Amino acid sequence: MVDRKKLEELVELLESEFRDKLSFSISDINELTVEFDSVDLIVLCNFLKDNSRCRFEQLVDLCGVDYLTYGLTDESGLESVEMSEPRFAVVYHLLSLTNNQRIRLRAFVNNKSLSVSSVVDIWPSANWYEREAFDLLGISFSDHPDLRRIYTDYGFEGHPLRKDFPIIGEVEVIYDPERKKVVNQAVTIENRQFTPKVIREDLRYE
Amino acid sequence: MSERRSCKVNFGPQHPSAHGVLRLVLDLDGEVVQKIDPHIGLLHRSTEKLMEQKMYNQSIGYVDRLDYVSTMCNEHVFSLAVEQLLGITPPVRGLYIRVMFDELTRILNHLMWLGAHALDIGAMTVFLYCFREREDIFDCYEAVSGARMHAIYNRPGGVYRDLPDKMPKYDKSKLRQGETLKSLNENRQGSVLDFIDAFSQRFPKCVDEYETLLTDNRIWKQRTVGIGVVAPERAIALGFTGPMLRGSGVAWDLRKKQPYAVYDKLDFKVAVGVNGDTYDRYLVRVAELRQANHIVKQCVKWLRNNPGPVMVEDLKIAPPRRESIKQDMEALIHHFKLFSEGVCVPKGEAYATIEHPKGEFGVYMISDGANKPYRVKIRAPGFMHLAAIDEMARGHMLADVVSLVGTQDIVMGEIDK
Repeated sequence: MVDRKKLEELVELLESEFRDKLSFSISDINELTVEFDSVDLIVLCNFLKDNSRCRFEQLVDLCGVDYLTYGLTDESGLESVEMSEPRFAVVYHLLSLTNNQRIRLRAFVNNKSLSVSSVVDIWPSANWYEREAFDLLGISFSDHPDLRRIYTDYGFEGHPLRKDFPIIGEVEVIYDPERKKVVNQAVTIENRQFTPKVIREDLRYE
Repeated sequence: MSERRSCKVNFGPQHPSAHGVLRLVLDLDGEVVQKIDPHIGLLHRSTEKLMEQKMYNQSIGYVDRLDYVSTMCNEHVFSLAVEQLLGITPPVRGLYIRVMFDELTRILNHLMWLGAHALDIGAMTVFLYCFREREDIFDCYEAVSGARMHAIYNRPGGVYRDLPDKMPKYDKSKLRQGETLKSLNENRQGSVLDFIDAFSQRFPKCVDEYETLLTDNRIWKQRTVGIGVVAPERAIALGFTGPMLRGSGVAWDLRKKQPYAVYDKLDFKVAVGVNGDTYDRYLVRVAELRQANHIVKQCVKWLRNNPGPVMVEDLKIAPPRRESIKQDMEALIHHFKLFSEGVCVPKGEAYATIEHPKGEFGVYMISDGANKPYRVKIRAPGFMHLAAIDEMARGHMLADVVSLVGTQDIVMGEIDK
């Protein structure tokens, strides 16, 4: 399948170019992940696209991740969460058709600005993906040509994929017979938990 | 008559050739398209958020409903992502069954596409022909899983069960009796494999029939040749995958380039277009119909000669056999735990992808060690294709927008998630 040696060569190349700005990990299934702070994003992306040994021509996927409750079970509760580390990250999946190689980039987003540079100028396919991440997680992308919501309803408030957004939503749509129009009201259904979240480190019970 | 030439037109969301609930806001100058602004999300069900609340096995039903015309391929990707996180590989027979159904699904998807695309452009007959063959594949779905469309047949660890020895037959009814009944049941005397075998023998002739209607048809060519031309470099930059990319002349097929399951053991060719227009994408997909059928034949041959397990035998991942639950305490506990708590997948992340009929369908999954995924991102191929419709349609006529929606093989279920 994927050649691990090729990935290690790529890591060497990136290490020599960017020194200690990036951190690397290669998983058991030979997926290379590069983590870094979002300020280095544009330089790195340009390098990955244009360097003859990288040639990542295609941005296959882009998504935002909310790390608010990572590793916490339901009992922990949201109040106990303190975010000293970046809460959001934007994950890019790149593909090089020339070298038949994939790479995953994870740019951590500053908690205050919640903003990342847009990569639309490098890969046009980022356009809708960034709109999606903006809509569902509220991460804004600076220099994006057309940063509108994409999935949610016209006039929707909130960002549904955030971990503190309830699964039942915040508003429901009803018809108000007095005002003779469709209006929003606070949800009247209760949040139900069918299967509690359980974390078991040891799958095998050795 | 007013002198004004430019206007805005709403295309959809309830238009028959909008393939679901797609709303396009068109800026027109006379009949020429200046700009398209697609408004999507009218079918948004927040699948990703729902998956975060469910055990892994419970989410398979949701992936079925993403691209609802190629359900088993969606399941395959999702199961593959979980398997990669768990570090398991299904038994070879399970993989062959998956590949066989992936290819049957490709036929299913492309037939739906061909029928709808031709219907949009004005050729009614093809639609009826295509749906005739689709019925047979639905019957195969039903025979193995009990459901005609949303199969939930692929599970993490393999497939739900082995292929049945008997193909269900039609019963006698007011509508079906005598000779009709006999001819309907003719291929259903043996096992499911026999039925699929008979189908794959017959199918190339059916493709010939579709081609007679379209390939050299003057009207068809006038409506498709030179419409929506995409250069290869541009197709890559826009994130095109699958037939959309190959139609532009890029020989990129994950089944060949990054083989998964058992594709490296199978013989097939990758069809590539030349001009990157709607007609070439049509030719690519028709060639894929033939190649898919060729792969199905090889799988049938292999599956006939190689019995074996189809699911991993790890009770932490796959349920125990029904009989053993009655006798074995351990099996009963495992069964209970598996369905009440699910599998706790080790910490990590994986991006699984396959060559889905529409392109590269990917599932990016992050696990924090719990019995539910922490984050699932679905990479739907149609999402990127639709994003490019503005660029493809500029300068074309309003009627060509319908051709373009058709050629992109749009299914709003996967785009809206």
